[in-house]
Amino acid sequence: MGHDLRWPIGAMFALLGALLAGYGLVSDGALYQRSLGVNVNLWWGLCLLAFGLVMLAFARRSARLNAARPQEPGSTT
Amino acid sequence: MPSTGLAFIDYAVIGVYFLFVLGIGWILRRDMRSSEDFFLSGRSLPAWISGLAFLSANLGAQEVIGMGASGAKYGIMTSHFYWVGAIPAMVFVGLFMMPFYYGSRARSVPEYLKLRFDEKTRAFNAVSFAAMTIFSSGISMYAMGLLLATLLGWDFDVSVLVSAVIVLAYIVLGGLTSAIYNEVLQFFLIVLGFVPLVTLGLMDVGGWDGLTSRLGAVATEQGYAAGAWTNSWSHLGSASANPMGVEWFGMAMGLGFVLSFGYWCTDFLVVQRAMAAKSMEAAQRTPLIAAVPKMLFPALVILPGMIAMALTHQAGATGFALPTRADGTHTYDLAIPLMLIHYYPSGLLGLGLTALMASFMSGMAGNVTAFNTVWTYDLYQSYVRPNESDRHYLRMGRIATVGGIALSVGAAYLAAAFNNIMDLLQLVFAFVNAPLFATFLLGMFWTRATGHGAFLGLLTGTGAAALHHGLTVPVGAATLVKGGWLGIVLHQYPSEMAQNFWTAIWAWSACFVATIVISFVTRRTKSDDELRGLVYAMTPMPEHGHLTWWRRPATIGVAVLALTLALNLVFW
Repeated sequence: MGHDLRWPIGAMFALLGALLAGYGLVSDGALYQRSLGVNVNLWWGLCLLAFGLVMLAFARRSARLNAARPQEPGSTT
Repeated sequence: MPSTGLAFIDYAVIGVYFLFVLGIGWILRRDMRSSEDFFLSGRSLPAWISGLAFLSANLGAQEVIGMGASGAKYGIMTSHFYWVGAIPAMVFVGLFMMPFYYGSRARSVPEYLKLRFDEKTRAFNAVSFAAMTIFSSGISMYAMGLLLATLLGWDFDVSVLVSAVIVLAYIVLGGLTSAIYNEVLQFFLIVLGFVPLVTLGLMDVGGWDGLTSRLGAVATEQGYAAGAWTNSWSHLGSASANPMGVEWFGMAMGLGFVLSFGYWCTDFLVVQRAMAAKSMEAAQRTPLIAAVPKMLFPALVILPGMIAMALTHQAGATGFALPTRADGTHTYDLAIPLMLIHYYPSGLLGLGLTALMASFMSGMAGNVTAFNTVWTYDLYQSYVRPNESDRHYLRMGRIATVGGIALSVGAAYLAAAFNNIMDLLQLVFAFVNAPLFATFLLGMFWTRATGHGAFLGLLTGTGAAALHHGLTVPVGAATLVKGGWLGIVLHQYPSEMAQNFWTAIWAWSACFVATIVISFVTRRTKSDDELRGLVYAMTPMPEHGHLTWWRRPATIGVAVLALTLALNLVFW
């Protein structure tokens, strides 16, 4: 298995986070009455973005480690 | 019914998720070279992936919607499904049963039964399990279609067909690996999609203290002690003191020991995820890793239900109320979906709905991957066309996936047309499943247990379950599906849940005793040599001395149990 699941997880949440945070920046403040006045799109979007980037960073690090030791299989660990 | 419109951003979020789901299937399609790749992920997955999938395969509609509903209806006692039920069972299957499941190289749970006992025991288990997976996946589809129609006004047929086609596509392409990878994705989606809901809900009701005092008013109004919704054990002394109508023995034995161990230790749907792990250690760690987030899930799925109940009690001030049915009871099943709509603005709402849809789809996918494996290995290869090439079975697996999904769609429409048929079927499956754990316990730990003993024991247990159900009723039973269909009622239970727990206890005990008695009067057909790797006495336990102490399964198991005990005490 040459696939590291952290790539798609990281990419998906980074993308979703960027979408939500961007929407939070441009959307009308009245939208957030229901969420107790908190701009949840912006804040939670940033959290998702951070989570996605951390996942991507881990995937990249393990890909580099594996490239340094090509004889060891199991890149997904 | 509050129906809500979605904005473009919500559709964008849903669209991104679907793209990734299908993309994973597409990328994995080239890896599916043998039937073992397709059905068991080539036994190659690291423990964190199989562990999260182990948890996620169970996170279907019943879990997310059902636990939220129970949280509203019964309060924090619902967490016993986790802290008494699931976690101890998951530790047990990891430490004590995985050595036999994984070590025997059986490809499915029914196949283990064949190796350990005989052909008829396997056939009985395979047929009932295959039928059950189809109906569970159909119910999951039906529930999703109904929910999307109620909340968003989407067309039922379109919802069912689109979800069926997406699940079909990613499983046919990437087999179990694809299902498992998507389950992991979905695990993160559910956690990250629900955390804001719990946070906003708690902010709204004034934190845990505010929730406790509001639910205290709910409890006293219904004639219970003030803590009935917020204490997990204090009100279990007698069945009449809590809204669940269960006392501590029925809870610990029925739910904890029989039902939960029965599900987590013998259901191929979850065990399959551990069998796909890359080594014995990874297989043993699979349920243990799953147990850690599992013990925190009550905060994610039960708490929103409790908050919904607290808000409903003061609907005038909070502007949130669970809709009421004609008979005055609340539609508890809508607790979580309505909370999402209440608190989430466009954007986040898309994420919340995606999490919900992901849970329904993984419920389907988990059942379908278990079905295609049991069908192909345990029924088709065993009784229809043995001795074909591996390529043949790989193709059969893909056909079985299409067939399984088509049958599930049929089951979804059956559920839509005749609600009672589904209730009846679920009841029959409960009768079949309740005694199973006794069979596995004896099979794995008692060398003398025989094939006849196991098979007749299972039948006896199923019969005992049906008999108990036929002779008892829960309070307020309106139809014979709820019990008492034998005409004579020997006992009335304070709630349906209490009746279920006791049905399970009777079934398990009957199977346990019957298997022992029949085993003593029948001859062993398997030699010691044939039982190597299948029974405790004939199997060397895996050695973990070479692992650092904190990586050893036993250490993780003890830590998990200690944390669970602490949670029980904190919310006592």
